[in-house]
Amino acid sequence: MSKSERPNPLFRNLNAKVASIPMILTAMVVFVGGTLWTVLYSFTNSKLLPRLNFVGLDQYYRLWATPRWLISIENLLIYGAISLVFSLVIGFLLAALLDQKIRFEDTFRTIFLYPFALSFIVTGLVWQWLLNPDFGIQHVVRDLGWTSFSFDPLYNSSIVIYGISIAALWQGTGLIMCLMLAGLRGIDEDIWKAARVDGIPMWKTYLFIVIPMMRPVFITTLVIIASGIVKVYDLVVAQTSGGPGIASEVPAKYVYDYMFFAQNLGQGFAASTMMLLSVAIVIVPWAYLEFGRRK
Amino acid sequence: MRYRLLTAALAATAALQFAGPAAATDLEVTHWWTSGGEAAAVAELAKAFDATGNHWVDGAIAGSGGTARPIMISRITGGDPMGATQFNHGRQAEELVQAGLMRDLTDVATKGKWTEVVRPKSLLDSCTIDGKIYCVPVNIHSWQWLWLSNEAFEKAGVPLPKDWNEFVAAAPALEKAGIIPLAVGGQAWQSSGAFDVLLAAVGGTDAFLKVYKDKDATFAAGPEVAKVFKAADDARKMAKNTNVQDWNQATNLVITGKAGGQIMGDWAQGEFQVAGKTAGKDYTCLPGLGLNEVIATGGDAFYFPVLKDADKSKAQEVLAETLLDPKTQVAFNLKKGSLPVRGDVDLNAANDCMKKGLAILAKGAVIPWTDQLLSQDTQKQKEDLFAEFFAKPELTVEAAQKRFADLIGSAD
Repeated sequence: MSKSERPNPLFRNLNAKVASIPMILTAMVVFVGGTLWTVLYSFTNSKLLPRLNFVGLDQYYRLWATPRWLISIENLLIYGAISLVFSLVIGFLLAALLDQKIRFEDTFRTIFLYPFALSFIVTGLVWQWLLNPDFGIQHVVRDLGWTSFSFDPLYNSSIVIYGISIAALWQGTGLIMCLMLAGLRGIDEDIWKAARVDGIPMWKTYLFIVIPMMRPVFITTLVIIASGIVKVYDLVVAQTSGGPGIASEVPAKYVYDYMFFAQNLGQGFAASTMMLLSVAIVIVPWAYLEFGRRK
Repeated sequence: MRYRLLTAALAATAALQFAGPAAATDLEVTHWWTSGGEAAAVAELAKAFDATGNHWVDGAIAGSGGTARPIMISRITGGDPMGATQFNHGRQAEELVQAGLMRDLTDVATKGKWTEVVRPKSLLDSCTIDGKIYCVPVNIHSWQWLWLSNEAFEKAGVPLPKDWNEFVAAAPALEKAGIIPLAVGGQAWQSSGAFDVLLAAVGGTDAFLKVYKDKDATFAAGPEVAKVFKAADDARKMAKNTNVQDWNQATNLVITGKAGGQIMGDWAQGEFQVAGKTAGKDYTCLPGLGLNEVIATGGDAFYFPVLKDADKSKAQEVLAETLLDPKTQVAFNLKKGSLPVRGDVDLNAANDCMKKGLAILAKGAVIPWTDQLLSQDTQKQKEDLFAEFFAKPELTVEAAQKRFADLIGSAD
């Protein structure tokens, strides 16, 4: 970077550098500092207040022997797979359909994007009512005559996580659709014309030409979906608060409950460190491939 | 921490110097009493405190203690303490006291002769750390009650049970009449509390103390506790159709006769009162589930964070005295459905159920409660276990007992 003929690279664009100091400080102190602090204290037996009394990996042994944590991880994996696959597929399909130069496109786009304007808490409450067997979908269908119809995912331990995923998809797919639509609009008209001249069917054009060209959009979308998966908390709290029993618990809720309800900071920190680690396992190899290659 | 104590001491001396005219001081009091009966009771405390020329600023936090406590604790540790705050006396605020964030009330206690008036003595012991008193117990809340709906049993055509075993036997008849035999709300603390009650009732006082006080894991895995798990298995079968979350919704099922009974602390009584029901006529209570008539001395207490403001510190002392005042004690506890912490108050206005409780208290049949014996960490793990046990029929009694014994083995 620095070449000797330049006066002093440190003072180049001084205004911009001064202006970014607050953000750099925030990033270093709050994010990096907070993370390191959390990891450090996860090796202690801190209870209500943080104390530097090291106990090695005890908190981690306990964490991985706790049924609730294992259920949380399992739920996160199911929820993650569902929201990743379905929001990408449904989002892309909707975007491709909207891209067919249909009438009232604006209206449809608004309708599909609308749920995204609601917070997870509101979404959760709405779907809690819809899925409640006593006054939701099940009740309506039974009133129509199908009296043996049963649909109560939130009250059934083995499928409750799917009930939560439905709400998440309803809320999040609209945004994915918009991102995809923007990506589709970024494809040059000439590509389509060339494909048509060559006689390639439309689905093949999408699959083998358009999608590979939309790579940057897909990466952005993946990051947005993935961060939403790891941090899922409020949706569960609003819909089931972890129930029935502990069947719909998620890692973020475990962290919160053990830090604040159980007054066991060490255990909560250990769980949040595991969450960080799982994100790092996904991000690091990807970042290495993505950015390392160019050097 | 020493610095904080020093400032508090300075503040207290300053307060004495300015104590001339009694100016109205606002004191924020946080608590989680938000259901109908609870709100009526806390209004009595506010009235009594306002009568002293100060002003009670109500800081009610909705959503039960589990939601409220983290908020209170983060306010205290974060340097924005309230004037006074509710906790269950016992170990919930232990670390806050050790960190010097709570005010030492020994002087007020000596002046008010608390050691003589508060009974049973174990209440004040729970407030005492290293010989100093840090909290004011305001009531005794015992979990050991089975609330029965007379109407539901009439409808099912079975006689009112006299104990837990008869209740279990009556369950099929209730179910046939379309009544949920036992209402257990979905929140974790409710199923966990119900188990503790069964442990004290079916297992007996000794079993309860061996498990939670001595933390004897071998005993917890043994045949006596297996009996308790068998009873808990009955309970979860009887409760499987309860589709409500909050405890007062579950109590409401009993009030309206949609459920036969509920294992819940005496705070449920406030709900029966608000609904205009009479003990003995509309509903029946069985202390200790009719098997082992004991009362646990859990309950609520007020803690006073160390404050810098001299006027407020003075007002804290006034509030501490007001809370234990015989008149306040009677007014508050009648509304709350709990038992007063003083033995020398007149409770002729008490109803059937409260009188049963007072009689047990007078006999001295008391046990400490889990809030006093176990850390919050252990309590939470226990809640997770029983929330799962009550919601998941596939979790067998044996597997659950094994996990329970492991949990007791690592408890603190």
